[in-house]
Amino acid sequence: MLLNVQDIHKTYATADGPFEVLRGIDLALDAGETLALTGESGSGKSTLLHLIGGLDTPDQGQIILKGTDIAALDDTGRADLRRGTVGVVFQQFNLIPSLKVADNIAFQARLAGQHDPAWTAILADRMGLTPQLGKYPEQLSGGQQQRVAIARTLAPKPRLVLADEPTGNLDEGTAATVMDLMLELVTETGAGLLMVTHSEALAARMQRRLHLRAGQVA
Amino acid sequence: MTGATLQALLSHWWRNPLQLFTLLAGLALATALWSGVQAVNAEARASYDAAAATLGEGQYDRLQRRDGQPMDQSTFVQLRRAGWLVSPVVQGRLDDVRIIGIDPLTAPGGIGPVNLGQGGNISGFFTDTLFANADVAARLPELTVRITPETAPGSAITDIGVAQGLLGKEGQIDSLIILPRQPINRPDLADIAPELTRQQAQGGSDIGRLTDSFHLNLTAFGLLSFAVGIFIVNGAIGLAFEQRRPVVRTLRALGLPLRRLVILMAAELMFFALIAGVVGVALGYIIAALLLPDVAATLRGLYGSDVSGTLQLRPAWWLSGLAVALGGTALAASGALYKLSKMPLLAAAQPRALAMVAGRNAKVQGIAAIFLLMTSGILMITASGLIGGFTLLGALLIGAALALPLILDRILAVTSALAKSVTAQWFWADTRQQLPGLSLALMALLLAMAANVGVSTMVSSFRLTFTDFLDQRLASELYISTETAAQTAALITYATPRVEAILPIQSVDTEIAGQPTQVFGARDNRTYRENWTFLQSSADPWDTTFAGETILINEQLARRADLQVGDTVQLLDAAFTVAGVYGDYGNPIGQALINEPIFLTLYPDVTAQRFGLRLDPAAVPDFVASMEAETGIAASQTINQSGIKAISLQIFERTFTVTTALNILTLAVAGFAILMSLLTLATMRVPQLAPAWAMGMTRAQLGKLELLRAVLLAVLTAVIALPLGLALAWALLAVVNVAAFGWELPMYLFPMDYARLGVFALLAAALAALWPARRLARTPPADLLKVFSNER
Amino acid sequence: MNDKRPFLANGTLGAWARIIVLMAPLLWPMTTFSQGFAGLGADIDGFSTPQPNPTFMFPDDHGAHNNYRIEWWYLTANLQSGDGTSYGLQWTLFRNALAPEGEQSAPQFWMGHAAVTTPDNHYVTERLARGGIGQAGVIADPFVAWIDDWTLEGDWDTLQMTASAPDFAYDMTLTAQGPLIFHGDHGYSVKSAEGQASYYYSQPFFDISGTLQLPEGNIAVTGDAWLDREWSSQPLSDNQIGWDWFSLSFDDGNKFMGFRLQQTDGNSYTSATWIAPDGTTTAFPDGAFSAEPLQTHNTADRDIPIRWQVQLPAKNVNVTVNAINPDAWMATSIPYWEGPVTVTGSHTGRGYLEMTGYE
Repeated sequence: MLLNVQDIHKTYATADGPFEVLRGIDLALDAGETLALTGESGSGKSTLLHLIGGLDTPDQGQIILKGTDIAALDDTGRADLRRGTVGVVFQQFNLIPSLKVADNIAFQARLAGQHDPAWTAILADRMGLTPQLGKYPEQLSGGQQQRVAIARTLAPKPRLVLADEPTGNLDEGTAATVMDLMLELVTETGAGLLMVTHSEALAARMQRRLHLRAGQVA
Repeated sequence: MTGATLQALLSHWWRNPLQLFTLLAGLALATALWSGVQAVNAEARASYDAAAATLGEGQYDRLQRRDGQPMDQSTFVQLRRAGWLVSPVVQGRLDDVRIIGIDPLTAPGGIGPVNLGQGGNISGFFTDTLFANADVAARLPELTVRITPETAPGSAITDIGVAQGLLGKEGQIDSLIILPRQPINRPDLADIAPELTRQQAQGGSDIGRLTDSFHLNLTAFGLLSFAVGIFIVNGAIGLAFEQRRPVVRTLRALGLPLRRLVILMAAELMFFALIAGVVGVALGYIIAALLLPDVAATLRGLYGSDVSGTLQLRPAWWLSGLAVALGGTALAASGALYKLSKMPLLAAAQPRALAMVAGRNAKVQGIAAIFLLMTSGILMITASGLIGGFTLLGALLIGAALALPLILDRILAVTSALAKSVTAQWFWADTRQQLPGLSLALMALLLAMAANVGVSTMVSSFRLTFTDFLDQRLASELYISTETAAQTAALITYATPRVEAILPIQSVDTEIAGQPTQVFGARDNRTYRENWTFLQSSADPWDTTFAGETILINEQLARRADLQVGDTVQLLDAAFTVAGVYGDYGNPIGQALINEPIFLTLYPDVTAQRFGLRLDPAAVPDFVASMEAETGIAASQTINQSGIKAISLQIFERTFTVTTALNILTLAVAGFAILMSLLTLATMRVPQLAPAWAMGMTRAQLGKLELLRAVLLAVLTAVIALPLGLALAWALLAVVNVAAFGWELPMYLFPMDYARLGVFALLAAALAALWPARRLARTPPADLLKVFSNER
Repeated sequence: MNDKRPFLANGTLGAWARIIVLMAPLLWPMTTFSQGFAGLGADIDGFSTPQPNPTFMFPDDHGAHNNYRIEWWYLTANLQSGDGTSYGLQWTLFRNALAPEGEQSAPQFWMGHAAVTTPDNHYVTERLARGGIGQAGVIADPFVAWIDDWTLEGDWDTLQMTASAPDFAYDMTLTAQGPLIFHGDHGYSVKSAEGQASYYYSQPFFDISGTLQLPEGNIAVTGDAWLDREWSSQPLSDNQIGWDWFSLSFDDGNKFMGFRLQQTDGNSYTSATWIAPDGTTTAFPDGAFSAEPLQTHNTADRDIPIRWQVQLPAKNVNVTVNAINPDAWMATSIPYWEGPVTVTGSHTGRGYLEMTGYE
């Protein structure tokens, strides 16, 4: 099993006092499997994604990724995890504005020490970004930017891809194209895919789906 | 990993060259300010030290005859043969030049222009050679003078044998320097030369003491400039981090470990600091050299042509300049890096939470400011030592700087509430919103202005005091020393019908209230009544003193013996009431003045051998010439008062030039800090200004308002800086100086100077705001529109 | 002494100062006339020069010879306290003339060095004075040599000697136990192959006793002392850069003086005098005596030989000379090394070692 999440709890401090976002979530995912995480705003789906991606730590529970409990890792351990094993596609793209597209695509692979120029070139080509490689992110459209972000995530060949509303900032047509490309490439690399979305159409394209309500699996 | 990260970090600067420029320029300017001040300070110190070295041989105890007459040089040999390590000095005047003769074989190191003991370079000592600066050399055309810039103005040093010949004092010695380390088994002085008396070392002459005080104050200015510099470095670093916050977050999300990120960013900054530091030191040197042509000219005038070597990039400046750049960066970066390491990885950027944090910061800052200002308030009353004085300065300045944004915020809150029109309301509210982004720059401006007000007040007060003091002490037009009773009698006979008054200068070393004190017997004359100023006095101090009833004492004695006007002191069997306390700047010991007849009754052995003569200044040269012909009193025995004053003022004038240059420098740097902040804010300004533009204000109007805002904030800051600067000056004059030297410098106010300074500050702010405002006024409408289409 | 002449009637500070400057980097004492003084070596400005076959007149020749450029009264002593501790003592007065005798009040420059060496400490002090005013000088009859409060005074059968410093002082009585002896050819001592020479005689037979005032307390001491008299105007050649001088008193009653002048070409010029217990002397020419450093010691930032192999085959001398205190550095305006030594090997005894030119 690629990912096994057990009894995850997470509470945030807010101005109105503590708020328990996640109240005992269980979840499992195999390599090559795709899973949609749906739910209303505030249901905790993004928080769960961040915990699995090692961007934050749970208050309670286990997140076993490839046999390692990432909830128990320290900051450096979680950074190592983010660099190579897990890739995150953000709604806001989070590209590095001062780097050209080519450098942005290669960036994470270089961080992970797994830069494969041939594979990066394939990704750029498949994403239709080859003409844009010499440009800066601000010179691209939103859809192009998100394709750069996806290519960047896939460049080090992560075992698990996490996507947080990856098409949330894109119009419908662009969103569909981007989604197709992402699914295609994830399937080719054999990685697992966990995607947060509130689009029924997108969720339907995943093999499985998990609906959260008020921090629990509905 | 490192390569990719560095590429990402450094590419930011490549894409944002303006930000890189402000960072480097900020660091370089702070360094330049520091090293410029150091350069100027070092020059001032060097010239003072030179003056003190020749004018102030008072660092050693001396032996003199009790009657003040020169001794025979056999006395010197007797003392040496008895085991006393003493060294002879003879001095006098030749064509208005002070000739000092020393014996380099027996003189302690550090006397005169050369150091023999260490085999110093004295190869230029040739037969009959004198050592003096170019000015003096020009006045002694018939003598062989070797130009040595480090010799004090108006003086020439030479071998004692040469000096004896030049001064007509063959076989005579004026005083003997007592070397600090004496052999064991040495007999008592009274057994060898009972006619000699030992004069304690003064720790420098009068001028030396005054300049020590000035050194201290220049050092304080150096520290102030350092504080301004650190503020600017801190601002530059803080902005650099703020601008890259999103990139940092992305890098971490992509798996860059925090530790490595911190190390790389620190290394990057240190690299920049090094570059900026080198540029800054060079810039500081150039600024010092460019802004100080007057100083260089003065130095050249005083020291002769050999001045080019004095303004060089010394290793110490490089080191201290780089240390400021690197240390300041490290100081500023450590805080920024700490914040960065504590920054949550996920951008939970809730505006409200940020506002709360800002509010909490303001509260902490406010509490710190109040605490520091209260501390300085308490210290103003209680501080006594030097450490207390400097703590007071530090608390006052930092407290005021921290309080500045809060005070400005309160003022703007009130004005925006009072505003009538919508535009005015928007303007005030918008200005208030800008405050956090500008506060660091405004703090720098505050400190720069306060430092300028403080230092120029201090310097100008110093100058007034000093010239007054010279007027008081050198009131007579001519001073004459006689050598024998016959000469004295001849002088009195000759001078009495020809001058307005003869004022004998006669004193005795004794103790008053346990304090070593020199008591003078003064002759009733308008000279005293007109020129002496009192710090504290009874209604008619001169009347009662010249009536023989009262005594006048100096400030040092008053402070040390805790004496006030009205107290009674005892001299032998006579009691006197203190009628006045006068300022006696630079004198390390007590001094008192009583009526001449009483003095002569109390001390019948003392006979005057120095006299002040009041006469028409224009008549002085003729008087001296005919006196020499008629009485045989040589011109070398007379001192023309205007000559002394000129020498003394010449030495001091240099410092005033220096401070003017420093004022300009600090203001320029503060102006740059404002420019930097405005440029950084400019990009953030577009979304804030777009609504105002959309509601019908033209871009030109917006640009003008931006300019107005900068000037307005500068005015408010200047208003706050004035009292702060005056408090600073007061602390320097009344606390630090008293702690260091035991006397208080009176403080004078110079409203015109402050007004001019205020105008300079406004100009600096307006100049700094001009470019950002123009840029804003030319923002393409499309960019303003984007704000609405592309919000978050 | 109550001379009322002004300081330096004609010679002035300049000339004095030049002397000091020129001497400062030099090697004291012999080398005062060497390299840096090369100009003077070539032109002796009307000073007298030593001539062979001298006839000395006493007491006159104990006094100053102002027509020669340089002269000294140089006393070293090996002392012992009651508890057996060894001490060394030095009293030296140097005279330098800036112009030859005959000119009115020829300017003279005087320099005194005094030192006491203990096994653990070395106390040094220096005095400078100009001549002509009574601060320093030497009078032949009755003999007195002085600078400030330091004196060496008496009839040469008995001498009183004092010196003082901020940290030490001494007061000594010297009693001669033998005759004066003359080095080289009856007191004409050749210093180089080119023929430079000085007048040089000694009184090596002094018994000495007195009190040392040291920071550690007053110490009564006795021992033997060696007084050198030497004067010249140009005793060294241009290429001589330093000198090692040995005065040794062997336990069998014989005494030995040897010096080695180092040359820029790496060679050296040696000279030695053997003094029998009755004062009979044997002079040895260049090469008869040899001295080789065995061990150096770093003091005052330079490496100084403090153990020597000294040989005089003609007298079967093959001894090792050891410094009692290797830090006996004379930190005076012209610095050098001077201190007491012990002698072991073919002969045993003690003596003094002086080394210059170790820069």
